[in-house]
Amino acid sequence: MTPVTQLSDVTSVPSAGGAPLLEVEDLSVTFTRRGRRDVRAVDGVTFSVRPGETVGLVGESGSGKSVTSLAIMRLLPSRGVQVGGRATFDGMDLLSLPKDSMRDIRGRDMAMVFQDPMSSLNPVLTVGRQITEVLKRHRGMQGDQARDEAVTLLSRVGIPDPARRFREYPHQLSGGMRQRALIAISLACKPRLLIADEPTTALDVTIQAQILELLKELVVDSGTSLIMITHDLGVVAGLCDSVNVMYSGRIVETASRYELFGHPRHPYTAGLLGSVPRLDAERGQPLQPIPGSPTDTLPWAHACAFQPRCANRVDRCASETPLLERDPDRRDPIGGPHWLRCFNPVTGDTPVTPPGAELVAPGGDALDPAAEQVGEGDQ
Amino acid sequence: MSLSLAEADTTALETEPDEAAGGLWSDAFKRLRRNPAAIVGALLVLLFLAVAIFAPLLAPYDPAAQVGFGDIRPSYVPGPSSQHWLGLDTLGRDELSRIIYGARQSLIVAVVSVSIAGVVGSLLGLLAGAFGGWVDNLVMRVVDIMLAVPGLLFAIGVAAMLGQSLKSVMIAIATVNVPIFARLLRGSMLANRGADYVLAARSLGVRRKDITLGHVVPNSVSPVIVQGTLTLATAVVDAAGLSFLGLGSADPSIPEWGRMLTEMQDALSYAPHLALFPGLGIVLSALGFTLLGEAMREAIDPKFRR
Repeated sequence: MTPVTQLSDVTSVPSAGGAPLLEVEDLSVTFTRRGRRDVRAVDGVTFSVRPGETVGLVGESGSGKSVTSLAIMRLLPSRGVQVGGRATFDGMDLLSLPKDSMRDIRGRDMAMVFQDPMSSLNPVLTVGRQITEVLKRHRGMQGDQARDEAVTLLSRVGIPDPARRFREYPHQLSGGMRQRALIAISLACKPRLLIADEPTTALDVTIQAQILELLKELVVDSGTSLIMITHDLGVVAGLCDSVNVMYSGRIVETASRYELFGHPRHPYTAGLLGSVPRLDAERGQPLQPIPGSPTDTLPWAHACAFQPRCANRVDRCASETPLLERDPDRRDPIGGPHWLRCFNPVTGDTPVTPPGAELVAPGGDALDPAAEQVGEGDQ
Repeated sequence: MSLSLAEADTTALETEPDEAAGGLWSDAFKRLRRNPAAIVGALLVLLFLAVAIFAPLLAPYDPAAQVGFGDIRPSYVPGPSSQHWLGLDTLGRDELSRIIYGARQSLIVAVVSVSIAGVVGSLLGLLAGAFGGWVDNLVMRVVDIMLAVPGLLFAIGVAAMLGQSLKSVMIAIATVNVPIFARLLRGSMLANRGADYVLAARSLGVRRKDITLGHVVPNSVSPVIVQGTLTLATAVVDAAGLSFLGLGSADPSIPEWGRMLTEMQDALSYAPHLALFPGLGIVLSALGFTLLGEAMREAIDPKFRR
C-alpha cells in the first residue's frame, strides 16, 4: 500500500478550524406508531459543518441519512415522529425554533435539493413560477425584477435559452435540466447551507457528472456549505471535504476524505470501498460485496448493528455497544481526528485493497467525479 | 472518455424531450382532439348546447301552441310530415318544437345543479383536504351522511317541502352530487399533499397557504373538472327522471323531456314515436357528456398517456 494521499492539497478543506455553521449533536429520530414497536431511524448522530465545507453523509438505503437531513430541516411529519438532540445553525437551535422562524430560515438560509427531479418540481406550474415564488417569498422581489433574477439563476446553472425555459413546464425539460432548475431554485436566496439528498441518483451517468461538477462549482463560488447525502462513494470522493459513514442510524466512521479513502478503519466503510468497481482492478477480478442486507442488524442498544454482516467481528461485537471514539492509531494531518465506532477495526493490511491512484488524483487536485461516475456506471 | 466528460462545459447537453409542447392543459387538449370518442362527444354536446341556446330561432312553432289541434283524433295523432317533422303530440302541439325547447330545461337544470354541487362540494373538499385533522373528520362525516340518503328519496322530500318546481329538482340534484365532488377533491388533495414537490416547496419555506392553494389545488382540480362533465350527463338523466315522476315544474306550457315521456304514456300504443324522441334527446345529450368526460379523463390522467 503506497500512501498516495496528497497532503499538499489543503485548499480543499477551507477554513479548517473556525466556528461551525451547523452543529448536530446527539440527534435522534424515532418513528412511533400505535401498536407497533418504535423505530429509531437516527440514533445519536453528531457532526458539524463549517462555513464553505462540504460534508458527506454516506450509507446504504435505510441507514438514516435522509431522515437526518429532514430532521435538521424540520420537514418530518409532526405526528408519529420524535426528534431528540440538538441542531444548532448559526447559533440558533433549529429543533426548538418557532415554526414561523423555521419557515423563514428554510429556503433563505438552508435549502435542499432532492433526489428525484422528476417529481420535485410541480408539474402544473411553469419553471419560472416556481423560481419566482422563492424570490418573492424570501427576497421580496416582484414582477419583472423577480423574473430577471430567475432567468439569471437559470442561466447560472447552465440552462441554455433560460428565457424560454422560464416559461416552460417541468415535463418539457429533460431530467438533467430539471435537476439544474431545482438547484437554481434552492440557491435562489444564496443559502449558507445546502443539503443535497442524493441529487444525482435519478439521473443517468453522464448527466450525474455534469450535475456534480455544477454543484461543486456553485458551492465554491458562493461559499455555501454543502451536506452531500449519498450512497455513492464516487460522489464523496469527488466532492466532500469530510465524510460521515452511517450504518443503521448511527455514524460509524468520520474522517476527512483522503483519510477515509486511504485508510478506511470501520469494516463497513472498507466493505463499501471494496464493493466499488475500480478502473485499476485486474480484469475479471470479482467485486467484493458486503454479505447480507441492511435488515440483518442487531439493535445498537447492546451490540454493534453491523456485527451480523461483519467479517472482522469479535465476541464483544454481539454483546457490547461500540462507542464513536477517536481512533488512537490514526492521526489525520488535515481533516482533524478520525472517529470510529468499532472494536476490531480494519488495519492497513486487511484484505480490503485501499483505493489507489484513481481515487486520489496524482496532482492532488480535487478528484474527478466524472471518472468515478463512469466507473460506477460500468457495473 | 471520463476526462473529456469532466472537462466539458457544464452547460446542459441533454436533448430536449418535447419541443413543441405547450402547457399541461394544451397537451391534454391535443390528446383530446386525437380521440374519436371525444370528437363525437363534443359534437353531441355542442349540438345540445346550440339547440338549447337558440331554441327560439330553431323551433318552427310555439311549443305551447296547439297548432295541429284539428288533425288529432282520439287514439290517433298524425306522424312525422313535411309540416311537422316529428309529428304532433296528443294535444296537437309540434313535437319538434317541444323537443327543442325541452333541451333548454335540461341544460338549465344540469348546468345549474352541477355548478352548485361542484362549488359546494369542492369547497367542502378543499376544507377537508387543506386542514385535515378534525376539520377533515367533521366535513367527511357530514358528507357521508349526505351520501347515505338515497338520491330519489331526497329529491321527493325536497319537492314535497319546496313544492313542485324546477328549483326543487335543481336543489335535489345538486345536493345528491355534493358528496361526490367533496370526496374527489379531498382525496386528490390528500394524494398530492404527500408529493415530492410539496416537500420541496416546504423545504423552501413556502407558506402553508401558498402550498395548499398554489401547489396542491392546481394539481388536484383536473379530476373534479372531469367529474363535472360526467355529472352533467347524470344530471340530465336525473332531471328527466324527476320530471317523469312529476316532481319537476308544474307548468305544462314549458316542455320538459321527462314530463313529455310521462304525458305520452297513454299514447304509447298508437304513437310510440312521441316517447322515442324525448328519450333520444335524453340519451344523446347524456351520451355526449359521458363520452367527452371519459375522453377528458383519459387525456388528463397520466396513466392513460401513451
